Amino acid sequence: MSLDLVFYLLGGLTIGTALMVVLSNHPMKSVLYLVLTFFLISANYVLMNAQFVAIVNIIVYAGAIMVLFLFVLMLLNLDKDNGPKGPIIMTLSAVVAAGSLLTVVVAALRDAVVAQPVLPANAENAGLVENLGQLLFTKYVLPFEVSSVLFIAAMVGAVLLAKRDKQIID
Amino acid sequence: MLLATLFESGVSIKHYMLLATVLFTIGVFGVLYRKNAIILLMCIELMLNAVNLLLVAFSTYFGKADGQLFVFFIMVVAAAEATVGLSILVLLYRNARTTDIRLFNKLKN
Repeated sequence: MSLDLVFYLLGGLTIGTALMVVLSNHPMKSVLYLVLTFFLISANYVLMNAQFVAIVNIIVYAGAIMVLFLFVLMLLNLDKDNGPKGPIIMTLSAVVAAGSLLTVVVAALRDAVVAQPVLPANAENAGLVENLGQLLFTKYVLPFEVSSVLFIAAMVGAVLLAKRDKQIID
Repeated sequence: MLLATLFESGVSIKHYMLLATVLFTIGVFGVLYRKNAIILLMCIELMLNAVNLLLVAFSTYFGKADGQLFVFFIMVVAAAEATVGLSILVLLYRNARTTDIRLFNKLKN
């Protein structure tokens, strides 16, 4: 099987599952379709020779973030939640707005000229963990440290928000 | 080795641009269409993933790892955003007993 066939298969499946996330009428189904979408996007990463990003995508997104969503969904007990039933004018305007965005971006990208790449010598190892770690701890060490500060802020914020304490909330 | 054959086998970078655009648009459509705040957060994750896909595609196309490192930083921000967003959602649910965003328009007037 040639690689472009694999790409078309993966791309079609990804778009299909992403649509099911939006259109399915139960939040639990949406979460599970989103997990499937993330797995398919990871398969795309493998296809592009970015193995480490693919593994991290599965661990972080499908493993951690989606479990958090699922946990909150079960905690909140949203079984009776209905599907996307809004007024028809809202649905229509959402379709028109998203369709216009798609049209404009695709029209802009259609004539875009992408520079021919000058591949460096080790281009094939770009996605391997050794190369990524080298870059992360030299060139991008400042953003790396700042992201740890962001995580602490997010953690403190989440604990403070979810705490059932009248003195803090009021 | 694989990447060279991928971009020589008829799949160009424009295919990935198109795929990422379609995924991003589906996320935008979900944010406009759905009324459940949890699904809105999931659509935001979908949009972030579309951007990640394009970053990895360009990173592979130019043979440089910088784009893949930006993917890591986007994942960091996405994780922080999901945590804080979901805890705000739990708080809202505790007060209003629903996650329907149509009921959270109190700031409008």
